Amino acid sequence: MGLNSFYLKQERDAAWRTELRKKTKNKDRMLINRVSMPELEPEIRVNYQDREVNRGLTRDMAMQEAIRCMDCANPTCIEGCPVSINIPKFIKNIERGEIQQAASVLKETSALPAVCGRVCPQEKQCEAQCFYVQKLNKPAVAIGHLERFAADYERENGEMSVPETAEPNGIKVATVGSGPAALSFAGDMIKKGYDVTVFEALHEIGGVLKYGIPEFRLPNSIVDKELENLQKMGVHFKTNFIVGRTASFDDLKEQGFQAFFIGSGAGLPRFMNIPGENYNGILSSNEYLTRVNLMGAQYDETDTPVLHGRRVAVIGGGNTAMDSVRTALRLGAEKAMIVYRRSEEEMPARIEEIKHAKEEGVEFHNLCNPLEYYGDEKGRVSGMKLMRMELGEPDASGRRRPVPMEGSEFEMDVDLVIVAVGVSPNPLVPSSLKELSVTKWGTIVVDENDMQSSIPEMFAGGDIVRGGATVILAMGDGRRAAEKMDHFLQGKYAVN
Amino acid sequence: MNKVVEKEFFSEKVVRLVVEAPLIARARKAGNFVILRVGKKGERIPLTIASADAEKGTIDLVAQVVGVSTSKLAELEPGDYITDLVGPLGKPTHIEKVGTILAAGGGVGVAPLLPIVEAFKKAGNRVITVLAARSRDLIILEDQMRQWSDELIVMTDDGSHGRKGLVTAGMEEILQREKVDECIVIGPAIMMKFAALLTGKYKVPTQASLNSIMVDGTGMCGACRVSVGGKTRFTCVDGPEFDAHHIDFDEMLMRLGGYREEEKEALERYHLQHKLVEK
Repeated sequence: MGLNSFYLKQERDAAWRTELRKKTKNKDRMLINRVSMPELEPEIRVNYQDREVNRGLTRDMAMQEAIRCMDCANPTCIEGCPVSINIPKFIKNIERGEIQQAASVLKETSALPAVCGRVCPQEKQCEAQCFYVQKLNKPAVAIGHLERFAADYERENGEMSVPETAEPNGIKVATVGSGPAALSFAGDMIKKGYDVTVFEALHEIGGVLKYGIPEFRLPNSIVDKELENLQKMGVHFKTNFIVGRTASFDDLKEQGFQAFFIGSGAGLPRFMNIPGENYNGILSSNEYLTRVNLMGAQYDETDTPVLHGRRVAVIGGGNTAMDSVRTALRLGAEKAMIVYRRSEEEMPARIEEIKHAKEEGVEFHNLCNPLEYYGDEKGRVSGMKLMRMELGEPDASGRRRPVPMEGSEFEMDVDLVIVAVGVSPNPLVPSSLKELSVTKWGTIVVDENDMQSSIPEMFAGGDIVRGGATVILAMGDGRRAAEKMDHFLQGKYAVN
Repeated sequence: MNKVVEKEFFSEKVVRLVVEAPLIARARKAGNFVILRVGKKGERIPLTIASADAEKGTIDLVAQVVGVSTSKLAELEPGDYITDLVGPLGKPTHIEKVGTILAAGGGVGVAPLLPIVEAFKKAGNRVITVLAARSRDLIILEDQMRQWSDELIVMTDDGSHGRKGLVTAGMEEILQREKVDECIVIGPAIMMKFAALLTGKYKVPTQASLNSIMVDGTGMCGACRVSVGGKTRFTCVDGPEFDAHHIDFDEMLMRLGGYREEEKEALERYHLQHKLVEK
């Protein structure tokens, strides 16, 4: 994606990089221990929904960690990054103390570096491909922490640089949705000179970054800052606008929009369809997190209500489940529990999130699955029946399949249940574009390489295509779609 | 931001607002709704569109003041702005020529029923409408409804206007008298429940438009789920209208009370604040 090996070699041969490599021997680099991220103490952080747990690196810590990176001739870390950040280049800029430049490098390929530095599963991506992990069996260079540091440092110290944009070409394109896929697409398209409008159904821009990810992990103010940057580059934002409803695709085409990127994300929350699941006090993680993150329901001065539970069970083992259970703790739960049908090893959540949850006192009930809910006379959930599970052979997902243990049923008192077992794609766009090809699960069918749908001028990416994935994969889709849409539109204009 | 251009109170607690929303006015169909928010700290609430003027670019909203959000909405004056307004949402009513339609509306449910009655009439149906409320001052849009109805019956609980009795009494009179091909009911959940039981007895296909609790209105949060024919459906994207004979109204009534205590507390805080401000 724009970073070919010739370019990387050229960059690596720059005088300052060569000099830095000579300055410290690799042997000495390897002797440095990986930096650990300072964190807010668990006893304090459980009292605040909006205080970040990870506190970021100091400049000294970051520069020390940057020395560890050996500036490999073949930087495999880049291959592990869905948006192909030029990782050695930004890290080496930190090593020499040019933090602003490090931030600019990040923004060459990522529209949201401060976000990625916080929520990407780096341990499974760039860091998993690091030389230290691959060849030395040592902890990877803390690429994620360094990314966050560079982005934060730039934001907090003086002017944020605005990436260069090409001369406007006058071609209007639009995104449907304003989450990570759409924003990453918008960032790349504006750089290429397109006239980009981002349409959002909610009253705030940011999609899942705002409604889904709690502020103790990703403060909304940080998302806003990154959005401001896109705005400065010239991206137009329109909230309270549902493409296909407020105006049809045809209406927008009439207004001059030539192509669309559909990044409408995950929609319908999944439930387990077990008895009693519609009792009050049983809600989706989307509802719970939206009430808190987007609507500020935990504060008296806001009008949106939220249910408070004394004994809260969160069903699921992903990041969203961790976000929900930790939110419940912060909203005053006496007991906040994860109920997950496999073992901790199979949990899709990041190891860091599981660790943070445990430190905060979350109880883990692994290898358990709810069978039924009970309610009180007012229709509020009061308890649940569960069954213990054991692990069988691996299933299609490659993880060991949970198998119910006969006769292991038991009951648990709960007064709030949050169901975080996944989401289905948002049905709004497919329902308003009958000719669009969708799978039986409702995801939009695209060519994997160019993210183009069955309608040539419609590209799509993120959860509406993947059906529930990570921020960074969505951003990778957005970038790829931008590149391909650019080819598509340039081809169209060349012919005309 | 959408400007309020007109406001009138139908009764002490029921307000009609005409709001500038040109795109929605053009795109909306009978049965659609909007989600709005009053103030930066406001809550997202769904309201059905009572009518629209595509030329003027306005939509009519009718709301009953119950909690904090509807109180804030009712306090807006012409010239004020609604902070956020999005729509049209939900599936439009399926309108075709079927013969005789029986439309029953209770309380503020009459507002969203109006465009449906109009659309059925324009599609060539014979439309009989029953309007119901507790008392005379709570009957709304009577003249507008009469304009699109072949026959109009008004029922009040206390007999202060029209006939004395519940909506079902008016409906049953029609069902006994003639063949009805389809029925649509909109109003409080309890009213729709008994209306559905009645039309079930007469085997008349019936649609009910549900007023579930919602947050985003685009299918994301699942707060609006209802059981229809034993399956969980989302009112915002699968509805708001469903086959009334298969809706689990008891569950729906229970779910409507899901945030009652929180809402009560919020309303008390709001009244307290208001008193402080007035002093």
